[in-house]
Amino acid sequence: MSEHASTVVDEHAAPGPEHGHVTNTGVSNEKMAMWAFLGSECLLFGALISTYFLYRGRSVVPPYPKDIYNIPYTSVSSFVLLMSSLTMVLALAAIQRGDHRRFRLWILATALLGSSFIAGQVYEFTSFIREGLTIKTNLFGSSFFVLTGFHGVHVTLGIVMLLSLWSLSIRGKLPQEKSEVVEIAGLYWHFVDVVWIILFTVVYLIPSPTHGYVH
Amino acid sequence: MTTTETTEVVHGAGEHGAHPSESRYIIIALVLGVLTAIEVAVSYAHRLGSAANPLLLVLAATKFALVAMFFMHLKFDNKVLRRFFVTGIILAAAVYVAVMFTLGVLAF
Repeated sequence: MSEHASTVVDEHAAPGPEHGHVTNTGVSNEKMAMWAFLGSECLLFGALISTYFLYRGRSVVPPYPKDIYNIPYTSVSSFVLLMSSLTMVLALAAIQRGDHRRFRLWILATALLGSSFIAGQVYEFTSFIREGLTIKTNLFGSSFFVLTGFHGVHVTLGIVMLLSLWSLSIRGKLPQEKSEVVEIAGLYWHFVDVVWIILFTVVYLIPSPTHGYVH
Repeated sequence: MTTTETTEVVHGAGEHGAHPSESRYIIIALVLGVLTAIEVAVSYAHRLGSAANPLLLVLAATKFALVAMFFMHLKFDNKVLRRFFVTGIILAAAVYVAVMFTLGVLAF
């Protein structure tokens, strides 16, 4: 390679990892696209959280949050989702060092923890409906089900992604060189986790200004 | 420069620094668990009154930052990625403030 060509590579064109293609930023296009998507997702959830705040404490018919929330139950669900972020990074670390057996173990653990969270949410939703809160009951019901429901759909899509990675690995189609695919899926998974960190606090823990403490 | 040398330069100019070790990931997860327990405890401490709300928001922001910096590797990755995410968060906050002002919940 000529001296000129090597200078261009050194100064301007660090490649994306593993894929080896050259980009101006040094970040692969796939990873950049995922971060741009996550930036846009901030806006989606920002709008939904704004709506929830706007309607908070304005319901004129029960049930109100303090009547139906079960904070200990939701706290355990939140802890489960937090721990799924740990198993996700352990899965990424495993595939980056070429340990496919541990990768499959951790990615399956992540999917199972995510599924537990979703099962908990389904149980919570059905118990709320049994207690008389539906999406049409009052402003609290509308904003609560839309906000947490959207998050639940995101988690479900994440579980599908994780199981797809597990399936690819089982069939030997996810070599160590393609570990960035796992990193990108992991970014999405961690994002749904950080969104829940915010939702758990603003929806469940901070009391409504008019309807008071949940417990 | 030979092909081998070029390959070394290309891979050496990777986009990010070293990611945390597995033991550090576990420590961060434990910290996140403890912070969640503190959050729940604060929400039960009615004596704190309205002071509990900012405390809960600070705890949530700390957890958010820990996951974003260490699990999503923003602390180690290319700064352009951090800009993407922070821009999204700032725009989301702007949407919230705009909605509140537009609908008269907040006022100048």
